[in-house]
Amino acid sequence: MSPRRIRRERDGSIGLHLPAEEREVLRALPRQLRELLGTDDPTLVRLFPPAYADDAEADDEYAGMMRGELLEGRLAALRIVEATVDAERLDDEQLHAWLDALESLRLVLGTQLDVTEETYAHDPDPADPLAPALALYGYLSWLQEQAVEALSAGLP
Amino acid sequence: MSQTIEAPVEVRLPGGDEQRQDDRPWIVIVWNDPINLMSYVTFVLRKLFGYSEAEATKLMLQVHNEGKAVVSSGTREKAEFDVARLHGHGLWATLRQD
Repeated sequence: MSPRRIRRERDGSIGLHLPAEEREVLRALPRQLRELLGTDDPTLVRLFPPAYADDAEADDEYAGMMRGELLEGRLAALRIVEATVDAERLDDEQLHAWLDALESLRLVLGTQLDVTEETYAHDPDPADPLAPALALYGYLSWLQEQAVEALSAGLP
Repeated sequence: MSQTIEAPVEVRLPGGDEQRQDDRPWIVIVWNDPINLMSYVTFVLRKLFGYSEAEATKLMLQVHNEGKAVVSSGTREKAEFDVARLHGHGLWATLRQD
């Protein structure tokens, strides 16, 4: 098992132990997602889900009121990841932004890949043209688990 | 298009029931989805609603096993606010009157 990339250190801060090549990946992804967020791509659906399952009028009203705020929250988290991608240490607020950005990336990538709950049951077939994207999805999930673990310790 | 009514029409509402319907609380439902990690869903429920780890885990497992769980309730405004916070954290949540 590879060593943990994100962990709570003894002094209480968050250690970010990322190899250089992973930092390059994480530097590029926020920009790609921001470009996608400027479109009405259908794979963004999970970032802006309906609030009312069977009341289109109420849901339109909700979306009109909330979509801008939800979008701004997502963008703010991406900016923080870009600003701290070379950091060795994060504070809790920055890690919350990392968690949020990892969530956005997984929601969009998972939708693009049409993942199921069984996606992890088998190692990806290297011949699968989606193998690199599935590996990236798996990597982001692994990082998100670590961010959750580091932040959960701080909950009451 | 509504018809012009010359005089107010008195409509008899079925006693009591109508009032009770209006008072019914709104509930917030979190739905299962294949992307969100179990640990993440538990974390978000603890963070947003102050559930203990055991309570949040129980709700998360209900979502996972039964497809959905009610995570909060109250006035429509409160339920809509809670749904927006859940959406802000990537969970698939809706509200409806109970």
